[in-house]
Amino acid sequence: MKRHHLLPLLAALGALPAQAAQLDVSVQVPQLDVAEYHRPYVAVWVEREDRSVAAQLSVWYQVKRSGPGGGPPAVGADGKPQSGTKWLPDLRQWWRRGGRDIAMPADGLSSATKPVGTHEQSFGDKSPLAALPPGRYKLVVEAAREDGGRELVDLAFDWPAKSATTLDASGKTELGAIRVAVKP
Amino acid sequence: MNRTPCILLLAAALLPLAASAHKGWLAPSKTVLDVDQWITVDAGVSTEPFVRDHNAMRLDNLVIVAPDGSTVAPENASTGKLRSTFDLQLKQPGTYRISVLNDGLMASWEEDGKPKRWRGTAATFATEVPAKAKGLKVSESQGRLDTFATAGKPNDGALKPTGRGLELVPLSGIADLFVGEDARFRFLLDGKPAAGLEVEVIRDGTRYRNAIGEQHLKTDGDGVLSLRWSEPGLHWISASVQDAKASVPQAKERRASYTATVEVLSP
Repeated sequence: MKRHHLLPLLAALGALPAQAAQLDVSVQVPQLDVAEYHRPYVAVWVEREDRSVAAQLSVWYQVKRSGPGGGPPAVGADGKPQSGTKWLPDLRQWWRRGGRDIAMPADGLSSATKPVGTHEQSFGDKSPLAALPPGRYKLVVEAAREDGGRELVDLAFDWPAKSATTLDASGKTELGAIRVAVKP
Repeated sequence: MNRTPCILLLAAALLPLAASAHKGWLAPSKTVLDVDQWITVDAGVSTEPFVRDHNAMRLDNLVIVAPDGSTVAPENASTGKLRSTFDLQLKQPGTYRISVLNDGLMASWEEDGKPKRWRGTAATFATEVPAKAKGLKVSESQGRLDTFATAGKPNDGALKPTGRGLELVPLSGIADLFVGEDARFRFLLDGKPAAGLEVEVIRDGTRYRNAIGEQHLKTDGDGVLSLRWSEPGLHWISASVQDAKASVPQAKERRASYTATVEVLSP
C-alpha cells in the first residue's frame, strides 16, 4: 500500500523509469493470394524532416537461406552458408538511408523474416530513440518481397509526445495496417 | 571496273563518320548492390542506346577500376554479333568505375597518287606515318564510356578524374539516383570544368515508345549538369567537344567524347 502512495509522487518528479518515452510500432504482414509466396523483407527506421536517418529500428531478412525445395541451408562457392543479404538492396530507400552501412546480421536490429500477421515492436529508453532530440520525425516502413512487389509507408510523429498518441496508416500491396503509438 | 576499289576506299574513308552516327553504350544489369554480388554488363553500338541491333563494342580497351583505385579484370568476357558482354563480382565495398577508353590518332595522306589512311596511337605515329607525307591530315579522338556499380556504401576511390579528355564527376551520389530528385554531375575537359557543354540524355526503352525523348541540356559556368529524373531506368548521358588541343603537333583537331550510363531508381 505504501508503495502505491509513492508512485504519483515519483511520477510528478519525473523520476520514474516508466516515464521514459516509448514508441510502439505495429506492422501487419498481409495475407497474399499468390502461387509462390516468400516472406517480405521489412525495414523500419526514423527519418528527420530532411530525410536523413535519425534511428534504425529493425530489419527483417532471410538470415539463413534454405537450399532448393526447402532443404538444408544453401552453401555458397566459398563453402559458407548463404544468407539472403543479396536482396537487402531491394529495400531501396532503406539501403540508401543507411542500410548499406550496416554489417549484417546486426545485433538488436536484424532478425528473421516474419509470417503473415501483425507484429509488435517497442522502442524505449534502451533504443536509439533515447538519444533523439525533441522534434518532428517520420517513421518509415519499407517492405520488399521476392517474386513480389515493394512498398513504403511513412507516418509523421512528434518526439517526445506531449500526450499518448496513436497514428494509423495502411499499405496497399506489400504492407497491411501500420500503427505507431507514441507515449510520453 | 576501276571504280569499285575507289568506292570502297571512299566508303572506308567515311566509316569513322558513319560510325559516329551510332551511339556506344554500356548496359549494367544492376548498379546498386551488396558486396560480393555479381553484375553482368553488355556493351554495344547502335542508333539508339541499349538497343542490341547493330554491332558489339570491342572490349580491348575495357578498364575496370575498383573502389580502392586498383584495376580489376572482368570475367567471362565475350564478343557476339550484336553486343559484347562480361561479368564482374563486386568483391570490394564501394563504387566501381567500368570504362571503355578509345584514344587514338587518325591520319590520311597521299602516297604515289593514292590516298592512304592510318589509325594508331601517339606512340606509333612517328614510326608509321611518313613525316613528310603529302597532304597529311591528322586528327585525334579521346573517347570515354563509363558506367558505375556500387557494392554497399559508395566511395569515390575509383572516380578520380584523370585530367584527360572529357570526364564526369558525380556531385550527387552515383548510387542515389531516384525519380523526383535532382542530380548534379560536373563535366571536366582535361581536368577543368567544361562550361556550356551540350549534353544529351536518353532513357532506356526507346523501342517501346514512339519518341526517343532525348533531352538536350547544357552545363552551367562551373561545368555542372543539373537535372531532375522523371522516370526510372538506365539513362545514357553523352557529350562531345571538338577543338585544336591535340596531343601531337601534327594533329590539328581533337575530338573528345564522353558517355555515361547511370541507373535511376523509383523512390
